[in-house]
Amino acid sequence: MQLLEGKNLTMVFGGLSALNSVDITINEGEVLSVIGPNGAGKTTLFNLLTGVYSPTAGKIRFRKQEIKNLKPYEITKMGIARTFQNIRLFGEMSVLDNVMIGQHCRTKTGVFGAILKTPAVRREEAQVREKAMDVLKLVGLDDVYNEKAKNLPYGKQRRLEIARALATDPELILLDEPAAGMNPQETNELIELIEKLNDMGKTVLLIEHDMKLVMGISKRIMVLDYGRKIADGPPEEIKNNEKVIKAYLGEATLREGRAC
Amino acid sequence: MNYFFQILTVIMINSILAVSLNLITGYTGQLSLGHATFMSLGAYAATLLTLKLGFPFLASLILGAVVAAFFGFIIGVPTLRLKGDYLAIATLGFGEITKNILLNLEITGGPMGLRGIPKVTNIYIATITLFLVIFSLNRIMNSRVGKSFIAIREDELAAEAMGINTTKYKILAFTIGAFYAGLAGGLYAFLFRYINPKDFGFMKSIEILCMVVLGGMGNTYGAVLGAFIITILPELLRVVSPVIAQYRMVLYGLLLVVMMIVRPQGIISGSSILDKIKPKKLLEKGGQ
Repeated sequence: MQLLEGKNLTMVFGGLSALNSVDITINEGEVLSVIGPNGAGKTTLFNLLTGVYSPTAGKIRFRKQEIKNLKPYEITKMGIARTFQNIRLFGEMSVLDNVMIGQHCRTKTGVFGAILKTPAVRREEAQVREKAMDVLKLVGLDDVYNEKAKNLPYGKQRRLEIARALATDPELILLDEPAAGMNPQETNELIELIEKLNDMGKTVLLIEHDMKLVMGISKRIMVLDYGRKIADGPPEEIKNNEKVIKAYLGEATLREGRAC
Repeated sequence: MNYFFQILTVIMINSILAVSLNLITGYTGQLSLGHATFMSLGAYAATLLTLKLGFPFLASLILGAVVAAFFGFIIGVPTLRLKGDYLAIATLGFGEITKNILLNLEITGGPMGLRGIPKVTNIYIATITLFLVIFSLNRIMNSRVGKSFIAIREDELAAEAMGINTTKYKILAFTIGAFYAGLAGGLYAFLFRYINPKDFGFMKSIEILCMVVLGGMGNTYGAVLGAFIITILPELLRVVSPVIAQYRMVLYGLLLVVMMIVRPQGIISGSSILDKIKPKKLLEKGGQ
């Protein structure tokens, strides 16, 4: 079943069109990867889907509802969560607090409730804490829950970003280069984590340059180049797609018959 | 002894101001250069309610704070779309406008100010109010509301992506901060028995900001410490030499320059105290 559908998505910054009539569909339960050379428009696509930008033209429907004019926090509430390419954690807050913030949109306590600390507020607080610890366990960060986020090593910060996104209870989770800067072992752990999320029923949209990761876990791959979609299909097909090879490696390589 | 208690009372009032500005600037990360304005709104509203309508002290104090909070909200709606420097300039403009309105309205006594306010505020009332402010603020900061404030300071875009309506929470921080500042204003009016728009000018806003920066941005107790030092300093100087006391603003400036070089995070930095308390507290409540 279709979970998200973007039609004719176009994003123009000044005179530069970062995305040009791109169509995207994400089916429920799949792992879809978006790949493409630097500057192809991958992150722009993410920013459109999560409401950071409103597209110049086109439509985005999530569960058949138009979301293109919603604010990022409204989209998060609808069930789309994301991580950032350049890590954006709340550095001064503890690991646990970072994840608890993720549940902000699923909780209700207001100012007066907080001051009075009613039983309902206490209960909500305890539930949020417990759930945050569960999520931390899932990503393997429960032992450092009290550490300041900025003090974590790089690989753990990446995983914390995923934990924080997961805490928002998303149906669709968007990961923007989660393996960037990771060593091979960290990447392997990441692959396991993404597979685990997928098994839990989360739909995953992934931007990634690490081809081992992309080819290994994607059910489908979509390729962008200069803001246009040049291919969309299962990994095997993408690997041998001439346009894709050309975009990545140039004409000469193709003539020499070397594929990626 | 009377003098001593008077100074102590002023320290309490200034602490409320510093704590409330710390909520806006230290915790939520929104630089406001017009905090004394909210104090003036609370002071004038409380005074007028008592003088013109005969409201009892407590009702005037609270309603005065509500008026200040209302203006915090009204000002927050258009200005909190602005970021950083632009917000600071907008709050500065708001302060000047309010001061000029107070200077020109008949009901506020214009430049003559308002006199004949009964003296009600004393050290006990001021201390209890400060205690209640800190107590309620701590509860807010430990809740999802307070965590949202800090998340906005840390990374506004990420906060929004995590489902926080950042505009709403920034306005909320402004409104709560203005409420507390309004309380301080009411206490001030009922302590000195005379208010005048010049008491709440730009220099007062800067003085409050100095307290926060000196004590430590993003730490409630740091703000109290800053208020203590900044309030007591001119009094001590007066004992040493009345001439030097006249130059207190120069001294604040110097103090800030030295602080920025030696210890930019303030005397009690960010969450250093909390760090020491938290591990235990969390283990007790723990995830398990």
